[in-house]
Formats: sequence, C-alpha cells, structure tokens
Amino acid sequence: MLEGWALFLEAAIKVFSAFSFLLTIVLVLVWMERKVVADMQNRIGPSRAGPFGILQTVADGLKLMFKESVTPRKADFLPYIAAPVVALLPALLIFLVIPIGRSFTLSIGSREIEVSLQGTDLNIGLLYILGMSSLAVYAVVLAGWSSGSKYPLLGSVRASAQMISYEAAMGLALVPVILFAGTTSMAELVSHQTGLYGGVFPAWHVVLVPSFLIFFIAGVAETNRAPFDLVEAEQEIVGGYHTEYSGFRFALFFLAEYINIFNIAAITVVVFLGGWNGPDFGTPATFSWLFPIFWFFLKTFLLIFVFIWIRATLPRMRYDQLMSFGWKRLIPISLLWVALSAVAIGIRRFGFPWS
Amino acid sequence: MSETPDHTTGPVQTSITELSEDALVSGGVDEEQPDLHDVWISGTEEPAWITDATDEGAQEILSDLSDSALAVQRGTVISDDYVIDDTADEEERQIINLGPQHPSTHGVLRLQLELEGETIRRVKPIIGYLHTGMEKTAESLTFLQGATNVTRMDYLAPFHNELCYSLAVEQLLGVEIPPRAQAIRVLMSELNRISSHLLWLATQGMDIGAISMMLYGWREREAVLSFFEQVTGLRMNHDYIRPGGVAADLPDGWEEEVADLLVAIPEGVDEYEEILNENPIFIDRTQGVGVITREECLAFGVSGPIARASGVDWDLRKAFPYSGIDRYTFEVPTGTHGDVWDRYLVRMEEIRQSLGIVSQVLESMPPGDYRTEDRKVTPPPRQRINESMEALIHHFKVFTEGFKVPEGEVWQSVESPRGELGMYLVSKGEAKPWRLHVRAPSFAAVQALPMMLTDSLVADMIATLASTDPVLGDVDR
Repeated sequence: MLEGWALFLEAAIKVFSAFSFLLTIVLVLVWMERKVVADMQNRIGPSRAGPFGILQTVADGLKLMFKESVTPRKADFLPYIAAPVVALLPALLIFLVIPIGRSFTLSIGSREIEVSLQGTDLNIGLLYILGMSSLAVYAVVLAGWSSGSKYPLLGSVRASAQMISYEAAMGLALVPVILFAGTTSMAELVSHQTGLYGGVFPAWHVVLVPSFLIFFIAGVAETNRAPFDLVEAEQEIVGGYHTEYSGFRFALFFLAEYINIFNIAAITVVVFLGGWNGPDFGTPATFSWLFPIFWFFLKTFLLIFVFIWIRATLPRMRYDQLMSFGWKRLIPISLLWVALSAVAIGIRRFGFPWS
Repeated sequence: MSETPDHTTGPVQTSITELSEDALVSGGVDEEQPDLHDVWISGTEEPAWITDATDEGAQEILSDLSDSALAVQRGTVISDDYVIDDTADEEERQIINLGPQHPSTHGVLRLQLELEGETIRRVKPIIGYLHTGMEKTAESLTFLQGATNVTRMDYLAPFHNELCYSLAVEQLLGVEIPPRAQAIRVLMSELNRISSHLLWLATQGMDIGAISMMLYGWREREAVLSFFEQVTGLRMNHDYIRPGGVAADLPDGWEEEVADLLVAIPEGVDEYEEILNENPIFIDRTQGVGVITREECLAFGVSGPIARASGVDWDLRKAFPYSGIDRYTFEVPTGTHGDVWDRYLVRMEEIRQSLGIVSQVLESMPPGDYRTEDRKVTPPPRQRINESMEALIHHFKVFTEGFKVPEGEVWQSVESPRGELGMYLVSKGEAKPWRLHVRAPSFAAVQALPMMLTDSLVADMIATLASTDPVLGDVDR
C-alpha cells in the first residue's frame, strides 16, 4: 500500500502521462481522420510532413500557437478567454476514469506496487462522465455568447439545445447497462464483461443492442460530429461557436473536440464492447498487461473509424429535424427500452412474480 | 470633434447658436455627444471624411447622411419593398449579413437576413461585388475579341457565353456556319452543361453537409475539363467558339476521349444517385424546401432547371433551336413541386440527356470545315499567306482592325446550364459592338431568392441557395 509522498508521486505521474498521452492521441486522431476521409474522397491527404504526413498535426498545432489570438472588440473578455479552458477541462477529466488496460504489478526493489491503468476508479464513474460532458456545454455557450458576434451566438444556441437533448438520451441509454451490471464503476463494468456467453460469444454489454445504438448516436451528437455537426456547420454559420477564436485559443477548442471524440469512443468500448477484455493467447504474467491495452485501442480506433466513416458519408441534419429525432425517436425508444430491460432483468434475477 | 473640418463635403456642424429654442428644449443637438455618423464610420471622434480611417478600409460614405441611410449601409436595417409580417416582436429579430465572405454563398453574394431565432423572416440579396463592367468592356473590343470577354461572365459555362455571343454576331453578319462547326459547338456546349451540373451537384452536396459529394462531383468534372483542355488549351475561359465557327478543329483521337467520358460520367452519376436518392437525411433536407411555384418562376423570369423543376416546360433548345441542336433527339425533364429535390432530379436527368446528345454528335460528326469560309470573317488559309501579299494583309487586318459587322441589332439566347442566357447586340457598322446587353439567368434566380427563402430556416436557406446554382460572375458581370 502506498502512502504519503509515494501516493502523490503516483498521482502526479498518472496525470502527467494521461495529459501527454491525450495530446499524442489527438495528433494521431486528426491525422487519421484526414487520411481516412481523404481516402474515401479519392484524395491523398496529408503527405508532406513526416512519414505519411503524420507530423502534419504537429505542424498545424505549432502554427496555431504562434498565431495571434485576436480578440473581437465587442467580446466579453473574461468569459471569452475562459471558454476554451472550460472546454478542455471536462475532456481531460473524463479520460481519468477510463481504464485503458489491466492493472499490473511493478516490482521496485523489494516493494511490489500495483499499477492500475486508470486515473482513478470512481464508484460513480458513469454519473461522473455524464456530469462532466454536461459541463462541456458551458464552454460552447460561453464562447458563443461572449464573442459578441452573431454566427457564434446562433451556433451556441444550437449547441445548448442539441447537447442537452442528446444528453438525456445518452443517460437513459446507460440505465439498462447499470441495471444489468449492477455498478457504475468503470473498472467493475469491464470485469463484468469478462468471459464468454455459451463459450462462444464474448460477454459484452453490446447484447443490450438498443442501448448501444442509442448511446452511440447520442455520442456522435454529443461530440458535434456529422451528421449532427450543425453546431459548427461551416456552410451555414461559418465556424459556429468558435468563429471568433484564433491562435492558441482555437487550438484548445480543437484539442477538446478531438479528446472528446476519443473519450466517447473509449467510453462506448468500456461500457458496451468489453473494455480491454480480449484473448491474451497465454502471454506470460509479466506481459499480461500488453494484450488488454492492444484490445482496448483496437476497439476504440475501430469505433473512431466508424465516426469518420459516418462523417464522410452522411449529409447534415437540420436543426428542427435534429431536435425531433432526439425527442421524438431516441428518448421514447430509450424510455421504452429502460422499462423493458428493467422487467427482463428483474425476471432474470428474481424469477416471474407468480412463480 | 477636435478641429474644424475644411472639407466641403463633410457634414455641416450645427452650432447651438443657430438652433431655435424649441430645438434646444427637445434636445435637438447635444454638444457633448460626438456625431453618431462620425463615431460609427471611424470608430473614433476623428471626422468621418477621413475615409481611410473607417472600419472597412477606405471608402466614401453615403452623401445622404440620414440615420436610415447609414443604418442600411451598416447592414442593421433592411431596405426593400417586401412587406413583412409586422405582428412579430421587433425585439426577437436580428439582422445578419451573410456574405460577401461566407463559405457557401458561391462567390461574393451578400444576403441580408432578418432572423427570428433561426427562421428567416426577410431576405435581401445584395449583388455587385463581382461587377467588372463586361458589357461596357465589350464595346471596346472587336467582334472577334468579344468572345474572350464574354467567356468570363458565367465562368462555369464559358462555352454557352461564347456560343451566345458568336450566334448573335453571326446573325448580324448573316454568315453560314458549316455543319461540322455547328456539331462541335453542340458537343462542347453539352459537355459544358454536364460539367456545370456536376459542379452544382458537388456544391449542393457540400452545402447540405455531405462533404464527400464535393470531391465526387469534382472527379467527373475533372475528366470533362481535361477534354476541354485538350481541345481548347484551357480548362476554362476557352475563347474557343468564335464568330464564324470554332478556333480549331477537334484534336486527333477526340472520339476515344469522348467515348471514355460517355462511359465514366454515367457510372459516376449512377453512383451519386445511389448515395443520395435513398439517403433519408438528404431527402429530408431537400423535399419541400425552397419551393417556387410555376407562376412565380414566370413572374420573376426564372428559367432553366429551376423553372423546369416547377413544371415550366421551357427549353430554348426545343423552343428556339440554335446551332443545329434540333437534329438530335433529347427530352426536356420537368418536375412538379419546384423544391430543391425536384431541381436535383431535373439536373441529374439533364446530365443524362446531354450525354445522349453528346453520343449522337459522336456518331454523326459531319466532315468539313470547322469555321466558315466567308473571307470577311475568317482569315485566309496559312498556305495563301505564304504566297500572297494580299492574303497577308487581309489576315493582318482581320486580327488588328477586325471585321466590320453590318448595322443592326439582334437578340440571341441560348439555354445555358443555369437557364436562358440572352445577349442583345447593337452594331453601328463598325468593327466593335456599339452596345452589348446580357440577360443573365443567375440574375433572375438570385432576385427570386426572397420568394423561396422567406420563412425558411437558415439551413434550408443554404440548401436553396445552392440549388439555384448562382454564378456571381454571371449575376454581376
């Protein structure tokens, strides 16, 4: 058991590595998105900076850092500079509860330290995630309002309506999972999904198909991705809430957006696709942490690929269509599914009421 | 105001002593307050007539410095003739200037929108940002050079501009165009219609949010453009169709090139229909959006695919056939609802019909000259120039002085991809036109935008704007 300075050191190392890890992930994500979309559109995509253009995002990021951060004259300064930070913080905080692999034991001298590949395991993990993603709405609203410009205002009004509506669907989609697994802790959710059903199918929560689909759709909407990207619909309201942002402040928004994409994909993997569970082909105990990390990233990046695929295929929905899709389709279906699954789980656990 | 202006056109400052008592009581002029106009224009208390100190760079302010005129210039008030529903609350509305710099205004169109939430209550298109005075320029160019000028107007359909101009000049000259030249003209203009519609498809997809559609449309258009490049040497602004015929004969092997296009483009079009026709989001975004009725089309002079989608069975290729286009069989597709979806269907079908015409031209290309043998218009053949001094002089004069066109005036119109493109040409018997007026199809489409957009959503506005396919070079000229 760790105590005192060692505990602090462990936390510091975790925070630092999580932060640098996320930055790297964003670099890869942006590059991947550009490459995949380019491939689907008969283009080459970034190819100049580094091998296969993988350093393109680094170059873009550096460029943004050295650019002037213009502040519009009519901007409300404090909220205006606070918004990008408010956008980034929840994105970083959500990542802390995501387990990216199996915990392993590290021997330093005579001491054995158990290292879990998760920032911290909150027993209210899922609720924490929902709360944090609600906070992200503030950033968008603040940015749109404080810019003192009309396009951002339109964008932020769209954003607040959209994110709040789809959060409801998202939360409802998680209820059957919580009922089924009996926990909201991320680590316990993963361990609940170990093993196989009937020795063939992996025991993943994806068996709750409607939940999975609704959560995935709401996740796309929550991250403002196509076809729900009307918050920043370039063809309609220029840049949406970040129209008036430039330089490093814009880079923060950009960073937050891509971290959110990774987060949503990772949460979907943890909650529905078994997290880091997967065959380990009998690796020795020393390297038992290797395959879980591989499986986790494989699943996450497959999901992200689906995100990108959707973006390259579908046109954008209209504001009213989006709202009616959320409130008239997704939420009623989730409610119905919550009721159905609650009954089914009750029967499974306690038997029929008459028996 | 720090110093007394000595500029004559500046606003005259009224001193308090000149005002009557009444004005003073009602607060006519407050000495402490800087002039509203100055503050807005320059952002400081500097005199407003220091024009390079304005927010928007150097510009003259309106001579009429009334508050309402300034508000119009600022874009905070819309001034037009459209009656609005004044039952709605003024406080709920905001005016937003969409353009001239905006990702989806197809160039430099500016739309003043009065929004109530996201609903558009009033639209006013403002044009002229691309005005380059091409009609006036035409008066200082010879008839032969004129095609170079007009080809830049509707830059997505250069061949139709050239064709219209050349037909007008030829009508005045009364020259006979050889069948091969006519067939080449039909071939190029129909291919141009295809490339223009493909670009429309690309931008329509893009504006609705289907980002891949953008590049798919561009892909097939590229094939057409590279054929144009082989034939004319340029990808756009070709100056290929000229009074008297075309600039050069088709290159060797053009048959194979066109045959390749006839295979590649239908494949692409089928693919797009596969992506879009069954796509619920695309259908939701286009059906019932941006509706314009048959009567409104006729009233606003809207023509081309927009009018045909509203059920106006009007195609100049059928109504007033030109350049021997009546030799080929094709259908004129029409719609019924006049919404974005019908315009999409009409244009897709027009691509197919144009492909049909192209394949008929390919099969029946007549042999012969690619330009008229009328020595008045066409320079002597190269062989003669080497032998004969007179031929050399003739050649020289055709290209310097230009050929003289008999006095008269003429109206010529062709069916461009955007609708009825017409040119009114007046000659006073000189080598240059006395007057050229262009009736641009995009102009009519843009002026009908308020009809289509009022009471729609911002997102629908973008879809509708894209579906009218305006080319601002055509609107402003």
